[in-house]
Amino acid sequence: MSVRVLRVGASALLLELGSGAEAGAWHAELLRRRDAGELGAVREVVPAARTVLLDGVADPAGLAARLERWEVPALAAAAGPLVTVPVRWDGPDLAEVAGLWGVSSAEVGRIVAGTEFRVAFCGFAPGFGYLTGLPERLQVPRRATPRTAVPAGSVALAGPYAGVYPRSSPGGWRLIGSTDAVLWDPEREPAALLAPGARVRFEEAR
Amino acid sequence: MTVLEVVRPGALTTVQDLGRPGWAHLGVPHSGALDLPAHRLANRLAGNPAGAATLETTVDGVALRAVGGAVTAVVTGAPCPVRVAGRPAAWGAPVRVPAGAVLDVGRASAGLRSYVAVRGGVDVPAVLGSRSCDLLSGLGPGPVAAGAVLPVGAAGAGAGAGADVVPVGGPPAELLLPLLPGPRADWFAADAPRLLGRAVYRVSPASNRIGLRVEGPGVERVRTDELPSEGMVLGAVQVPPDGLPVVFLADHPVTGGYPVIGVVPPAALAAAAQAVPGTPVRFLPAR
Repeated sequence: MSVRVLRVGASALLLELGSGAEAGAWHAELLRRRDAGELGAVREVVPAARTVLLDGVADPAGLAARLERWEVPALAAAAGPLVTVPVRWDGPDLAEVAGLWGVSSAEVGRIVAGTEFRVAFCGFAPGFGYLTGLPERLQVPRRATPRTAVPAGSVALAGPYAGVYPRSSPGGWRLIGSTDAVLWDPEREPAALLAPGARVRFEEAR
Repeated sequence: MTVLEVVRPGALTTVQDLGRPGWAHLGVPHSGALDLPAHRLANRLAGNPAGAATLETTVDGVALRAVGGAVTAVVTGAPCPVRVAGRPAAWGAPVRVPAGAVLDVGRASAGLRSYVAVRGGVDVPAVLGSRSCDLLSGLGPGPVAAGAVLPVGAAGAGAGAGADVVPVGGPPAELLLPLLPGPRADWFAADAPRLLGRAVYRVSPASNRIGLRVEGPGVERVRTDELPSEGMVLGAVQVPPDGLPVVFLADHPVTGGYPVIGVVPPAALAAAAQAVPGTPVRFLPAR
């Protein structure tokens, strides 16, 4: 698992990996070593699609040299806390996604509920997690025309990702369901239901 | 309880402090005052800790009535006329605003953003440890509106720090932005940073708290494929497909999908926060 360490200005490093899975493994290892006090002063650890950004680094050159020597194990399947999200399969794009997949609308919910996802990273809005886990053949393109308002709690698919809108916002993802779970509440600890590294299962709401 | 009643909100006035560090991994922008030295100076002169919330105005100031008690206020940042109950008062020094009187922070004579500190700080509820209004994600209090009531916090024990003379900085005629190497310099022609350094840009009126936008020659990319989203830092200079660099300011998104050619050190961003549209901008490639 080879890492490219890129300098970002005077106090940040961008770690570039070969895949999202490798970035997830490095993110987990960075958090483990930070918790063990082995990382040094770093303000932010921000995973993304194939990278992990370390920002607010006291000694970027020294840390870069150390990172290049790290041996990082692949991510264990059971790593990370498991979060279960109850969903009604009532999204306005459900039939369209079923058509793209060549299955019935009811089958879409069963396929998604049978998939274990992982929060690869957050972005777009506070508490919006980009969930990986869908096999490549089930990837669907974004809508040609984004909606001006997607309701909070919408469960959606786009490209390699699944996601849940934490609040009403514009959006171009395909909506397949909805949940009453509160994705984001800054008064709550933790504020984000879906934080990077968590495993996620969707189950039919009762 | 002493409060500030907003008589005139101005074009855009927001509550700001030192921002929300440590939450980028959840999609939370850093936010905070754009001209941090001005924010800190206002607090120091008002006898507040640096983290107390101030008001950040844009272009035409703000007017506030002290209700329920007198307040001590300090205006820094963009120089502007200051009036208390209609009479001229000091800029860059503590002024007393009696109960019922209006503090009028006028139109900036240079620069864009003035900072108004009140002794005790603007005491709106904190969200994730900060009172900053984040215009990208909507966290914190929204921009102040006419008639809004802003609580004033209890003053600490420390007296306001004195200062014989507060230099009226005023923005430079030309905005010089040092450019440190960025992570995606290899997405551009080898001489792109040098060409960027030679070109003269101007501050675009589309600039805001999220980014300083510039007008001028486009930067040519040698790679045109899509960059998967990656983490972004304060001061990152992103180059979107139109080639016009965007310098990320406090409310920038935590991830982005355009290549970053370089990074402007945070210390240079206070001047960027005060550069009016049309100001010439030069990037100075540095190591």
